[in-house]
Amino acid sequence: MFGNLYPDPNDGTRMNLIAWGQLQYALSAVLLLVGLYGMLVQTNFVRKLMAMNVMQVGVIVLFVSLAVRTGGTPPIEIEHQAAQTDVVYANPLPHALMLTAIVVSVSTTGVALALLIRIHRRFDTVDEAELLDRLRE
Amino acid sequence: MPDLLGADRPLAAVLVSLVAAGLMRVCGRYPALRESCTFGAGIIKLALVASMLPVVLAGGVVESSRLSLLPGVSLHLRADPLGLLFALVASTLWLLTSVYSVGYMRAAGDENQTGYFSSFALCVSATIGLAFAANLLTFFLFYEVLTLATYPLVAHNRTPEARAGGRTYLVYTLTAGQALLLAVVWTQSLAPGAEFRPGGLLPPGLPTATVLGLFALFVVGFGVKAAIMPLHGWLPAAMVAPTPVSALLHAVAVVKAGAFGCLRLVGYVFGVDVLREVGADIVLAVLASVTILFGSLRALGETHLKRRLAYSTISQLSYIVLGAALGSVAALAGAMFHIAAHGFMKITMFFCAGAIHTEAHRDDVTQFGGLGRQMPITMTAFAIAAAGLAGTPLLAGFISKWHLGLGALEAGHGVFIVVLVLSGLLNLAYFFPIVYDAFFAPAHGDVAPERLTLSAPLAITAVVALLLGIMPDFGAGFLRLALSAATSVVAGSVAGEVP
Amino acid sequence: MIAALVVPLVGRVSARLAHGITVVAPAVALVCAVMALRVALDSGPWHYYLGGWAPPWGIEYVVDPLGGGMAVLVALLATLVAIYAGPHLRALSPRRAAVFNSLFLLLTSGLLGITLTGDLFNLYVFVEISSLAAYALLASGGERAIVATFRYLLIGTIAASFYLLGIGYLYALTGTVNMADLAMRLPQAGGGSAMTVGVVLIVVGLAIKMAVFPLHGWMPDAYTYAPPPVTMFIAAVMSKVSAYALLRVLFFVLPRTGAVETALSVLSWVAAGGVLAGSVLALAQTDVRRMLAYSSVGQMGYVVLGLSIGNAAALTGALLHIMGHAVAKASLFGAVASLPRDTVQADIAGFAGASRRAPLTMAAFTLAALSLVGMPPTAGFFSKWYLLQGAIEADAWLFAAVLLVSSLLSAVYFFRVIEQIYFAPDPAAAEPDRSRCHPEVSLRLLGPVITLSAAVLLIGLFNGWFVTTVIRHALPEL
Repeated sequence: MFGNLYPDPNDGTRMNLIAWGQLQYALSAVLLLVGLYGMLVQTNFVRKLMAMNVMQVGVIVLFVSLAVRTGGTPPIEIEHQAAQTDVVYANPLPHALMLTAIVVSVSTTGVALALLIRIHRRFDTVDEAELLDRLRE
Repeated sequence: MPDLLGADRPLAAVLVSLVAAGLMRVCGRYPALRESCTFGAGIIKLALVASMLPVVLAGGVVESSRLSLLPGVSLHLRADPLGLLFALVASTLWLLTSVYSVGYMRAAGDENQTGYFSSFALCVSATIGLAFAANLLTFFLFYEVLTLATYPLVAHNRTPEARAGGRTYLVYTLTAGQALLLAVVWTQSLAPGAEFRPGGLLPPGLPTATVLGLFALFVVGFGVKAAIMPLHGWLPAAMVAPTPVSALLHAVAVVKAGAFGCLRLVGYVFGVDVLREVGADIVLAVLASVTILFGSLRALGETHLKRRLAYSTISQLSYIVLGAALGSVAALAGAMFHIAAHGFMKITMFFCAGAIHTEAHRDDVTQFGGLGRQMPITMTAFAIAAAGLAGTPLLAGFISKWHLGLGALEAGHGVFIVVLVLSGLLNLAYFFPIVYDAFFAPAHGDVAPERLTLSAPLAITAVVALLLGIMPDFGAGFLRLALSAATSVVAGSVAGEVP
Repeated sequence: MIAALVVPLVGRVSARLAHGITVVAPAVALVCAVMALRVALDSGPWHYYLGGWAPPWGIEYVVDPLGGGMAVLVALLATLVAIYAGPHLRALSPRRAAVFNSLFLLLTSGLLGITLTGDLFNLYVFVEISSLAAYALLASGGERAIVATFRYLLIGTIAASFYLLGIGYLYALTGTVNMADLAMRLPQAGGGSAMTVGVVLIVVGLAIKMAVFPLHGWMPDAYTYAPPPVTMFIAAVMSKVSAYALLRVLFFVLPRTGAVETALSVLSWVAAGGVLAGSVLALAQTDVRRMLAYSSVGQMGYVVLGLSIGNAAALTGALLHIMGHAVAKASLFGAVASLPRDTVQADIAGFAGASRRAPLTMAAFTLAALSLVGMPPTAGFFSKWYLLQGAIEADAWLFAAVLLVSSLLSAVYFFRVIEQIYFAPDPAAAEPDRSRCHPEVSLRLLGPVITLSAAVLLIGLFNGWFVTTVIRHALPEL
């Protein structure tokens, strides 16, 4: 139904994909590194959390770019196209995976925010350094 | 179903005191019940062990193999001559020590007797397992259980010194245990199964470096418990334990287990010839000789009776190691016989030390004047044991020494006879002043009359030591067991050479 | 088989009614897991396609001896901890107790999912499910716990992202995320830098989740401040399940080529460092729970060391250690936490004379501790035995030495506590017969702890059986 799901190394579309998609890969790498850097450097927990989200987006972008094929259409079965064998679909699997990943990331963020609210209520701060000081008391 | 009265008697012998240890925990609040557990288990165990004697003397073995521990290696117990000899000594002395312990603990008014007696039973259980172990894994298993079971006994008094002593003990023995573990696993990978075999279990043709490395690990592993210098540091520290414990440590369980391990090592793991080829026998013999002499010298310098006995043990146990190292029939037999001989003699001395401690409240040998008249049974037994340890003819110590001497000649290392003689003299030097003082010096004050639970066991062990000297085969045929084990080791070793 | 997965989820819905279901659900899962494991042992791996979609599109669940065995372990511990949690829950308000129950079940089903899934991405989802449940549970331990949890959450998410990224690379190479499929296609896809990057990312991600040194930073705080049943379960199971995932990926999915070999040899050094560092750090602690947490760092190092040595004996050791350590650690944390707070503090000195007040609990503690030290005949001894054997067979003498030194170190830190328990004077001794009036702790606390420590002994004595019937079949073909 979805045609050839496995990318063929000799497939011309894949070559295109890499040439075309370098920007996307670069974007994904930048997002990842920015996110990671933010998580390491920031002392404010909220900022750390935002950095974490940026990083997750980086991963998602990577997956989604994998699915792209030049000239591909959305992988929806339309009757008049079904007869044509040369239709190139975008690969639907990464999208499915990433939908799940996005849900996961949203719930993680949710739990994290809930924790942050409790931290803030109790300690009146969400700064790591200050928190550690408080805890040591 | 295990056939506990038939082929599985070795297993049963181990289980008896294990079960007893559990029962004692349960009925800890009723001392009478708890003590009858001890005695009951002691008697049953002795009977079980003794019942295997005829078979083994006739040249057979009693085997039981029940539980697969690793693929291809099971919990394998076998009563062979050497193992049975050790087990007999251990179970006899356990019974006597139990009687003595009851008296000692009552006299001392100790609070934690339940823990004490159950650890004690566990300890003996491990010792018997050790004696009957038929492969290295089983041996190691019981060896480590013994280490653990002894720890509560050493730290029993709960004073800071007792706890420090316990810690020292653990540091030494656990470290040794790790070295031994490495050696055992290594052996297992060289010779799968690692079943003890007279004459050695290692495959022929191993590189010298492998043999030496393995041997060094084993010697460290056993040497700590056997208190070979310089690995003896824990033994004097462990003297903080109650006296029956020290008696057990020295005469039966821990130190003997180390020495027994050395015998198994030389005779049943490596084989005499393999060691001789790589020259390890001389190294071990020299180590043992140094320990014999140095231990005796240190004993001279101690005035606390129990510490003096500790150094004496260090020195005496190396007789066994020396015998193992010499590796001739007579030397091995002498070493094995010394397990029994030293067991009875040294336990007598510790019983005496304990009796003196509880009745006369004295520990320092300079204050023993007149005790011979106040505690005649105790001091007579002490004198007999002391003479025996020095190697006086007609006493047990002489028989082992005689064989060791013969063995040294057989092995072509006559020098070691000098070591034996020197050590005998040193023994006299550090024990006889005590005996002399006790009988001929003026008394130091009043002493309570001797208690039967304390004096009876020590009288019995002294008499046994005497009888063993006159008739080495009396009762259990210790010498016959030792000779048959030694012959099989040497024969196996020769047979191994001509495959 | 799928029932094992679903039951906790069903239980989750109705857990609001009663705590009983929390106990029953993992118990049912346990029965299912045992049955599934038996089938897997008798007739080979059992595949189940979720929604009827065959791989590579659909999600596949596989029960093979390895995954099934892990599932049994997880379900068993979950059942015992659920029983243990009873008295703890009674102290909470009904609403919070309900939340606790459902989170606990969610965690359990997440972990079971990890063990049974046959799909790398699905593994990620289950890792996140279990982690989310774990964050929430850990955070319920009070104010310090919240901060610790938040930091754990950040690190855990980084780990998960790394792992996901790694999958992305593998997916780009092969176009599949199904484990069996990947295993077939990866050798054809060849090595190359993409594969190296993928492997590194996956290994790092899982290593953080396992709290392998030096990626253990999140763990001690999280374990120390969490509520007792939570620590007991998470400490025992979570890192083990991650270890399982690592084993699964490294030995069943990835081909044994350059990248994996390099990853293994790097891991082996990391693990050796972790074994020693964990033990030394444990030695430096005065709070027993922290000590146990650091000891976990060291003990997980054993597992990783076993994986990275990678021969049959070492892998057997690693798997046996996963089993033995899970049971022993649960018993230890359970024992520590079940002592009444007013009489026993969690620092080592607070254990003085505890054997008088809680003899059975302390006996369980001692037994489990001995297993971690590796004294025979407990489970820990035999796993150490196999690990050593593996190290010797691989001529890795240094690692053998590391194992021995670390067991000495753990002997030191455990005997410090044991000595306090049995031989230190009891500060409460002046109060007459306290222990006689009250039973030492409630039976529901005591029962699981005793069961667990008895299991330590049984696993040890019958390890021959475990190894020949389960673990042998669970090993990858080498």
